[in-house]
Amino acid sequence: MEINYSIFLVITVTSLATFLSRFLGALTSEQLNANSKIFHWFNCIAYSVLAALLSRLIIFPAGILSESDIFIRFLVLVICLTIFLFSKKNLVIPTILSAVILSFLSGIN
Amino acid sequence: MINQKIFFQGLRALSGVRSPAIPLAACFIALGALLRDAGFNLEQSVASSFFTYALPGQLVMAESFLIGASLINIFLAVWLVNFRLYPMTVSLFPLLKHKSQPKWKYYLSCHFLAISSWLIAKDGYKKIDKKYRIDYWMGIGMGTWSTAVLTTFFGYLIADFLNKDMLIGLAIVNPVYFFCMIVGSMKTLRIIIAVGGGVILGPVFYLFSAEWSILLAGLTAGTIAFLFGEKNGN
Repeated sequence: MEINYSIFLVITVTSLATFLSRFLGALTSEQLNANSKIFHWFNCIAYSVLAALLSRLIIFPAGILSESDIFIRFLVLVICLTIFLFSKKNLVIPTILSAVILSFLSGIN
Repeated sequence: MINQKIFFQGLRALSGVRSPAIPLAACFIALGALLRDAGFNLEQSVASSFFTYALPGQLVMAESFLIGASLINIFLAVWLVNFRLYPMTVSLFPLLKHKSQPKWKYYLSCHFLAISSWLIAKDGYKKIDKKYRIDYWMGIGMGTWSTAVLTTFFGYLIADFLNKDMLIGLAIVNPVYFFCMIVGSMKTLRIIIAVGGGVILGPVFYLFSAEWSILLAGLTAGTIAFLFGEKNGN
């Protein structure tokens, strides 16, 4: 029973820590005009943060993805981006293919 | 209270050729399986996606729990890894603001903020009447969030049938989807520099500090992009 209690607390703490950033974001947004310079600055930062996170996920992944080869991950990304750009920005095909190709290549590697 | 037509227009972002349902399902199925491995039961795993709904933070939670980290440490680690949600909210919500809309909608629906919903909303908000953009956002958010919760449930149940190669395959889907979406959104010079800079600086800064790399790289690249845009009027 004790372990369940601690998992409950861990979930609560994780959720609060996460909601805090969203809540503060909503609070800040009340004061912010979408035409202001600060808004544009935040916009650039948001895109950069996402790009940095994604790039790190491919190059230095955590968890199970780190067991695959970096060149294979890179190859999968390039193939899928190419399909995306040449398929009028279809996202269903490249996302399904990414899983299939990487599973297959990791399996035979 | 909520404009249903606009709400469903947002919800429909789940269908079609740009659907986020597949990448969301892929990563939350993997998460469900991972939480089961970490010793969470079904209700706890689903509750985690229901109340936290932020994959990197949930992964940090599972890792920290396994090594027996204190609650304070878990709070700080999760807060740091999910802090990206702050600039993301600030760069979206002012676009959804309208004085006729009640505040509770904003404070409730900020829970739906995640990379997928953010990218979809950024892509589509201009098509929606300013007065009802928050309803559009709530539709997008309800669709993506409920997909995440349901697929966590599903992933937990099918964990035994997933082998290592399948889990590796599932893990790549989300970064690939986000990469495609973010490349698709590179329409102004400012955003192109912001994304390009982030892609380069993220891994470089990681070599110096794993915890702070993403935020510092984002701050640096974002500021450079902003200043460049100011100077060149783009």
